[in-house]
Amino acid sequence: MLNNSLYRYLLLLGDNSLILGHRLSELCGHGPNLETDIALTNHSLDLFGQVRSYFQYAAKIAGEGTEDSVAFLRYEKDYLNVHLVEQPNTDFAHVICRQFLWDAYHLPLMKALMKSKDETLAAIGAKGEKEAAYHLRFSSEWMKRLGDGTEESHKRLQSALDHLYRYSYELFKESEVEKEMKEKGIGADLGKILEEWKKTTEDIFRSSNVSPSDDPPAIAKGKQGFHTEHMGFILAQIQYMQRAYPDMQW
Amino acid sequence: MTQKEINLEEQFQARIDRDESIEAKDWMPEKYRKTHIRQISQHAHSEIVGMLPEGNWITRAPSLRRKVALLAKVQDEAGHGLYLYSAAETLGITRDELTEQLHSGKAKYSSIFNYPALTWADMGAIGWLVDGAAIMNQVMLTRTSYGPYARAMVRICKEESFHQRQGYEIMLTLCKGTALQKELAQDALNRFWWPSLMMFGPKDDESPNTEQSVKWKIKRKTNDELRQQFVDQTVPQAEFLGLTVPDPALKWNEERGHYDFGDIDWDEFWQVVKGHGPCNKERIDARVKAWEEGEWVRDAAVTHAEKKDSRTEQKVA
Ligand SMILES: [Fe+2]
Ligand SMILES: [Fe+2]
Repeated sequence: MLNNSLYRYLLLLGDNSLILGHRLSELCGHGPNLETDIALTNHSLDLFGQVRSYFQYAAKIAGEGTEDSVAFLRYEKDYLNVHLVEQPNTDFAHVICRQFLWDAYHLPLMKALMKSKDETLAAIGAKGEKEAAYHLRFSSEWMKRLGDGTEESHKRLQSALDHLYRYSYELFKESEVEKEMKEKGIGADLGKILEEWKKTTEDIFRSSNVSPSDDPPAIAKGKQGFHTEHMGFILAQIQYMQRAYPDMQW
Repeated sequence: MTQKEINLEEQFQARIDRDESIEAKDWMPEKYRKTHIRQISQHAHSEIVGMLPEGNWITRAPSLRRKVALLAKVQDEAGHGLYLYSAAETLGITRDELTEQLHSGKAKYSSIFNYPALTWADMGAIGWLVDGAAIMNQVMLTRTSYGPYARAMVRICKEESFHQRQGYEIMLTLCKGTALQKELAQDALNRFWWPSLMMFGPKDDESPNTEQSVKWKIKRKTNDELRQQFVDQTVPQAEFLGLTVPDPALKWNEERGHYDFGDIDWDEFWQVVKGHGPCNKERIDARVKAWEEGEWVRDAAVTHAEKKDSRTEQKVA
């Protein structure tokens, strides 16, 4: 992989959107009703839109390749996404909870990127901020609906949170690259994002009547390229065409 | 029928003959209402079931651009389903009832979606041929007598023609690509050509609904007329791609000014209609699964809304 910090930072950002967008895209056509199906597909579309911006920029910095070679032609250990986004669509509560934990991080991240010294990243942040705000509203509303709905929905949401909360710590564990980008005024300060994340999540957990478990963080080193067992299967699908029919235009 | 009813029916037919649009609150013969519920819901179900074969390729799309376009297309179909269910609801039936009819097998949907999408080229062929065939029907329906249906069609048609162009463009890219890609394209055409012709329904002399439908302007062209129109339009497009339409009998007929084409395998057509196509069971199973797994979610939303209402009432009191 190219040894350039901005390049790696773009992968880190883009891979999260790529894998979460993929998870959401698996649901298209299978949602609990048409309205939610359409809404979650919108989320997925927004995320893939961002992926394209990140990876077009990454390819430009690398001086070779395209958004597609960046997205489809790396080996697993070269993907830098966190484990949270790899978690499967176990049920709708997991989908919403995963989304909420992510959105509460993503919105302040976008706001921070808007102020990036890097113009391209600032533009991506500005566009992403509006989308992330909408996503967060949507997932927060659903957190409340499920948490304050039926006994079953509450139980499912709590169990989704028990499973997923352990993975949220990784979002804020600053990697070397993130540290360097922060110091250069290009990347976000994860400490500040964590503060906002805590406020948002505590508020919504309260109105959803769920509580995060005090289980210790799951050991997760996605940012260093170590993934869950799900990742190989995700890539098998994402990369299928590019691997089966190499070097062709589609 | 009483004299009053006969008069009402005559007036109703006169309105249709004058090309007036019939609205939800207008008087209409019971049979008109029932036919429309059947047809509009069948159309809505087709949009929803139609999401499945293409949905099958979203996670494997070969490029980000194609992935986004396919995802947006499948999402459009969900939107079409929504408009159409709403149009059907104006006739006094609920979306839940309609969904139940789909799941129980009482309601039909377009048989084309009971064929599997096996390769990426099928995303091209489906857009080009299936959306293309759908447009032929739907353009005609933008002028149908029932207002809410006609208006839904106007919106839908714009998106369908976009889908068709997108599908054709996928085919074009494949045909300009490697030999392997062109093979994929030809194979997709081979598999989807005949099922696409079947989309227009049985032959006119075996289609009992056609006459009444023409009278009510639900149909302005017969199945066979539309099928011919589709063949005439599509064959030159296949030629432009450099692909061979899998019909040895296909030939331009100078005298008629149309293509002659071979016989459709009507046995296969009826088998698929009766539920024995390659994917009938999988399609309905997938819909039922989504619906059943979503039940607790829909319940939660309703319960939460009720709780919220009662809390605001308490506050107000
Ligand atoms: Fe459609
Ligand atoms: Fe379509």
